Amino acid sequence: MRSNTYVITFVMIMTVVVALVLSLMATGLKPTHDKNEAIFNKKAILAAIETELGDDVKADKLPENEVLAIFNDKIVQTVVDYNGNPVSAEEVEARGYKGGQAENVDMKKEKKKPAEERIFPVFTFDNNGKKVYIVSIRGNGLWDEIWGNIAIKDDFETVVGASFDHQGETPGLGAEIKDNPAFKKQFAGKSLYDESGNYTSVVVRKGGARNELYEVDGISGATVTADGVSDMLYAGIQYYQPFFKTQKKL
Amino acid sequence: MAETTVEKKEPLFAFGKKERKLLTDPLNDNNPITVQVLGICSALAVTTLLFPSIIMAIAVVFVCAFSNLFTSLLRKSIPKQVRMIVQLVIIATLVTVVELSLKALDYPTYKQLSVFIGLIITNCIVMGRLEAFAMANSPWKAFLDGVGNGFGYGVILIAVALVREVFGKGTFLAGTPIEWKIIGPSTEYAINTLADGSWFGWYQNNNLMVLPAAAMFIIAIMIWIHRSWNPKLVDIS
Repeated sequence: MRSNTYVITFVMIMTVVVALVLSLMATGLKPTHDKNEAIFNKKAILAAIETELGDDVKADKLPENEVLAIFNDKIVQTVVDYNGNPVSAEEVEARGYKGGQAENVDMKKEKKKPAEERIFPVFTFDNNGKKVYIVSIRGNGLWDEIWGNIAIKDDFETVVGASFDHQGETPGLGAEIKDNPAFKKQFAGKSLYDESGNYTSVVVRKGGARNELYEVDGISGATVTADGVSDMLYAGIQYYQPFFKTQKKL
Repeated sequence: MAETTVEKKEPLFAFGKKERKLLTDPLNDNNPITVQVLGICSALAVTTLLFPSIIMAIAVVFVCAFSNLFTSLLRKSIPKQVRMIVQLVIIATLVTVVELSLKALDYPTYKQLSVFIGLIITNCIVMGRLEAFAMANSPWKAFLDGVGNGFGYGVILIAVALVREVFGKGTFLAGTPIEWKIIGPSTEYAINTLADGSWFGWYQNNNLMVLPAAAMFIIAIMIWIHRSWNPKLVDIS
């Protein structure tokens, strides 16, 4: 048996060495990590407007410089509040999002606040004068949170495309919202309103879409996740309605 | 009577029969998954696709080899009272190193593997080898033992992932530049099940294969095959 002094000294030296190695590594790699994360998030946003970018474009296969080029040249980032008024970059930064851009807004943190206090990112994609608005939404799936980006035409009624991601849905069932390209494709061309003009958002219908205007087919075996997507779409897009109204008046 | 103890000096980096056995034993007679039935949790969880499984296997080989090496280097100075904690710190450090590197090198795969890289810390294979082997053997031998056990785990992981990806998704190495789409209901696949006059019109990807339960069946079948092929493993009791 070693003496207590030896044990304590050993553990202390070990802790210091390990802490030093790990903190050096974490700080050294931080810029790369941040860059990777930013590119990953940008690709998720572009995934909603894949069809606008050209035929056969896969957002997750786009090279890094192209992603940055699209964001620099064609996308305007705005942040709006609950009443649809723009929020300045300084104010966004004051809320704890470094950079102050829409892409820096953490929807996970925003979702925990009361709706009136939240801020919402909007990405306006300008394709030679034809504008597409991409909004970020977040909700709950079966096991954990799900989120997505929805691209909406400048009539504020028609969906152009959508992309989804999730924290821990079941692979092969709920995770299909992200993994199955066919699920995402259905959203293109759907309307957010029914025939009589009532807001319905896009509904994921179990057993197949009944109203082609605003419903998409569900995923067999993933009813709860699909309902979660429906709820998320309904609530999430509604938060942007005040902003859409201000844009329509312009 | 003068007694002289002859200490046999072994060369530092010998690679004889014994050392080779350290590498090959975990692949067959002492496989961590099929014989010792350790590390099952991550084997069930990460094996839906081949590529993340390969990354996971490499990570485990790295952690296993180097934690064995460091533990063995320190084995004479580690106080017995706190040896488990010390081993855990070594493992946790290496796992964090792997996690940080993967996050910098391949962010999408890091996202996909999510918690499972971190959970290598709790993989019983690693801790088991430290306690059973590294604490009592020289660094070089311990390193080889770590590499061997990492590979023993990795080989099974990759085999399970191969079966699950091909039959569950109809693809091979999805998510990599050399992705090969084998069978599925669109023209992108080599065998298009929807094509007119296709012989494979009846074929559907097996959804069970994507679920963790499938990995359990596959591992069980592998254990069965392994035991019937290697009679040494059969319990006669």
